[in-house]
Amino acid sequence: MKSWDPHIEEMPKSELHQMQYKLLKNLVNQLYSFSPFYHNRMKEQKVHPDDIRELSDVIKLPFMFKRDLRDSYPDKIFMASQEELVRYHVSSGTTGKPTVVGYTQNDLNNWTTSLARALTSVGLGRGDVMQVSYGYGLFTGGLGLHYGAEKIGATVIPTSVGNTERQIELMQDLRATAIACTPSYLLHMGEVAEKMGVSIKKDTKLRVGILGAEPWTERMRIRMEDWLGIKAYDIYGTSELSGPMFTECSEQKGFHVWSDLALVEIVDPKSGEQLEPGERGELTVTILQKEAMPMIRFRIGDITQLNDEVCGCGRAHPRVERIQGRVDDMLIIRGINVFPSQVEYALMAIPGVGQHFQIVVDRKGALDDMLVRVELNKESMSDKITDLMLVRETVEHKLRNALNVNVNVELVETGSLPRFEGKAKRVIDKRSL
Amino acid sequence: MDVKKYVIKQISVFSENRPGRLAAIAHALGEEKVNILAFSIAEANGFGVVRALVDQPDKAYKKLSSIGFNVAFTDVIAVRMEDRPGGLYEIAKMLGDANINIEYSYAYSGKEGAVLILRVDQVIDAIEKISKSGATLIESSVFH
Amino acid sequence: MFWDKKNETLKGEKLEALQLKRLKQTIRQSQKVEFYKKRLAENNIRPEDIKTLDDIQKIPFTRKQDLRDGYPFGFLAVPLKKVVRIHTTSGTTGKPTVVGYTRKDLDTWADLIARNMTMVGITDDDVFQNMVNYGMFTGGLGFHYGAEKIGMTVIPSATGNTKRQIETMKDFGVTTIHCTPSYAMHLSEVAEEMHVSLDSLKTGIFGAESWSETMRKSLENRLEITAYDSYGLSELFGPGVAFECPERNGLHIWHDVFLVEIINPQTGEQLGDGERGELVVTPLVKEAMPLLRYRIGDITMKIEDDCVCKRGQKIARITGRSDDMLVIRGINVFPSQIEHVLLKIPEVGNQFMVYVDRVNHLDEMTVDVEINRGYFSGELADLTRIQKKVVKELGDALDLRTTVKLVEPGSLPRFEGKAKRVIDQRGDKI
Repeated sequence: MKSWDPHIEEMPKSELHQMQYKLLKNLVNQLYSFSPFYHNRMKEQKVHPDDIRELSDVIKLPFMFKRDLRDSYPDKIFMASQEELVRYHVSSGTTGKPTVVGYTQNDLNNWTTSLARALTSVGLGRGDVMQVSYGYGLFTGGLGLHYGAEKIGATVIPTSVGNTERQIELMQDLRATAIACTPSYLLHMGEVAEKMGVSIKKDTKLRVGILGAEPWTERMRIRMEDWLGIKAYDIYGTSELSGPMFTECSEQKGFHVWSDLALVEIVDPKSGEQLEPGERGELTVTILQKEAMPMIRFRIGDITQLNDEVCGCGRAHPRVERIQGRVDDMLIIRGINVFPSQVEYALMAIPGVGQHFQIVVDRKGALDDMLVRVELNKESMSDKITDLMLVRETVEHKLRNALNVNVNVELVETGSLPRFEGKAKRVIDKRSL
Repeated sequence: MDVKKYVIKQISVFSENRPGRLAAIAHALGEEKVNILAFSIAEANGFGVVRALVDQPDKAYKKLSSIGFNVAFTDVIAVRMEDRPGGLYEIAKMLGDANINIEYSYAYSGKEGAVLILRVDQVIDAIEKISKSGATLIESSVFH
Repeated sequence: MFWDKKNETLKGEKLEALQLKRLKQTIRQSQKVEFYKKRLAENNIRPEDIKTLDDIQKIPFTRKQDLRDGYPFGFLAVPLKKVVRIHTTSGTTGKPTVVGYTRKDLDTWADLIARNMTMVGITDDDVFQNMVNYGMFTGGLGFHYGAEKIGMTVIPSATGNTKRQIETMKDFGVTTIHCTPSYAMHLSEVAEEMHVSLDSLKTGIFGAESWSETMRKSLENRLEITAYDSYGLSELFGPGVAFECPERNGLHIWHDVFLVEIINPQTGEQLGDGERGELVVTPLVKEAMPLLRYRIGDITMKIEDDCVCKRGQKIARITGRSDDMLVIRGINVFPSQIEHVLLKIPEVGNQFMVYVDRVNHLDEMTVDVEINRGYFSGELADLTRIQKKVVKELGDALDLRTTVKLVEPGSLPRFEGKAKRVIDQRGDKI
């Protein structure tokens, strides 16, 4: 086993648990004393730091939900002063306001360390050339992998997203050995490469794919590994946890969650009760060493299960299995999280169309395609096709701005979309992975 | 000259590009005993606009709106053409010479000969220019 | 305020001694590059022949075309293992120019940005919104690393979604922004429409395209900021090469890191202070990709050497180009790139006209192309498809959104001799 931090990565389980308990205890004490948000939450839950006497007492602590982050926009739960903050990232919220994550220098360092360990665990290092084809900017995928790869001394090509043909040329010409992107984008690249007469398997040096930000399957892994001649590793993380943080190791059997950085639980999404390893439920994470924006028992909304056995690679850090679904109606389109409520919210601000809508998600070639059907309004009716096309383009533009994802819009007749009483079913997802 | 009498009310109906939509419009107008005198369809990606000259535009508007269609009135003008080779050329050249920009147009050939229907930017201005050029405009009373 | 006072204020003999020492190192480093080894040998120059700074004139210029011919790794002086970053920049036709960085190069680069930002009073208390492209474009990651080095709070908002950018500025009390000057104009207008006043904003750093003093006044009034001009290019790390100090009459170029010459673009002869010509730079501390006498193509001049801030000799703001390169929204575009793209699309001809204008403060580029006779089917949808294809191909090649107009075959002007395919209508428009 090749490790970035041998001391921590090779620690036996009992020591890991000891360390986690110390970190948790320390975190709870800190937050109870200094964070009004967590102080109130713990009071409501009638739990005092003194009640945390062993690691399993974590179940006494209150949960935190995505809506809590939204309600505290932009920075009410931050625990760091402006001088200590060195970075903000922003991800989609459920409605108009996004979720904001702040970082201190230590937060960035821990995030980068987490990825340095992860990338090392799949055999990457100095001498590798990594193409980072995740979006750079406010999305955590690009800069996260960028810093991680730079840390381990790989050559980073910060291609970001888009312009697939150029990406393939650069992959070939700059001899990339690894790529970080969404699995569907890599499949798309494979297809585009073939059209260009390039075989990724034969004509490039690519050997590793770090693939995530959307769910994928073993079937896709087998296809990518055979077809593209690479080893494909799943990567996991959300911006609330800092960003992408955990990958599978060379065993490819679940993501190692570094015990010194995070404490994972699986809970019953309805009752909130903690479930046993092997039982399927909602992933809940406590980040143990986060300064700017601490996270205790954050309910991520992803459905999976835990594997607490020592891995074939020798690491005792627990593993989280592939994500198998969501507890809410969140969609992932080309790696970007989209909530139907965001679409609703955006449409309310557009006078030219009605507020009923339907989302149709499909996979065109390898890539997700999102269509939103909206009803044309009386006010925007015109006899001229060009006017109507402008209405459609305006809606497309505004939705793209709200969702950060490309959307096709179809204008339909007033009253033609289904109306719902009770729970609306506005999403038709035709994708099969 | 009373230019207003040459302004004709066209109805424009938004329609999805799927089978049966034109039938739905035509059926509704038939029920109301509204006669369609001329019509055209303009298509874009996924939707279209049905444009029609009808004998009772207000009635048509009311009926189509009541069953959920988006309908708009549009002012157009109608020019008579000679129903023979070169007829369209004469009119088109006249419009070009008069510097009238056509947004769209369609034509029909009826009992009284061929008629070109025009949607232009400046309706009143176009009516004046066309009548000066000697071409024959058709009054709206012929349709409505 | 200084980030590195000693080096920033180095002058006279001390500076020249350091420059000469570093020039010699750079020339030695360049000999690890096949191209330079051959270049110097062909001209009978041995590295040890360069004994004074003036001796640099013996060395031939390096042009953008040379870098392109070296694609992809021809100009790397270190093994790939030591390269931790690669950026690319648009070439004049198909293949891009590759720029490699060692860890030390990244550090040098971040230091230059830190110098610039500190020079205008930015500190670790500031909140910085970086509104340029990240990824292969050096503007984004360059400023990001520099600001991080200072310890500012960095919001890597990149480009697009102007309303959200403004909300972010307001919600996070942003004090400093970096973007193209034209985007800043657009931003100020959208903020006005949204009735948002950006009270926390103090400083604007604008670069990647040339802008006028009128534009500066307008930006400063509208956004209530102080606006600074920033200059750089990927071949010389990226942004950070030269920057205005609070005096704002010319840009301080960092003489301990860059050896500056101004030449007559026709004859290649060195020009004196106050004489306008083409900027030629020899970077003095680059490890991964040393360059000797790199001809940048930008027109400027050296101005008098007595800035009250005590830093070294300044260059004037860039006033033009010595070639036909266009800068559209901060992106370099060569007409030859457009030609190259059109050659690959059978549905349209190879003749084209480019119209550049400024609409609502943003550069707009329209390309007129002729549709090829055989591809007109009568279906509107087909024309739309062809138009979209050309837009996409141009977008991919230029990294720029363009408007494409399909025109009738034979309707565009044909040129004998030098083609004049670009009509730039921007003038002094803000």
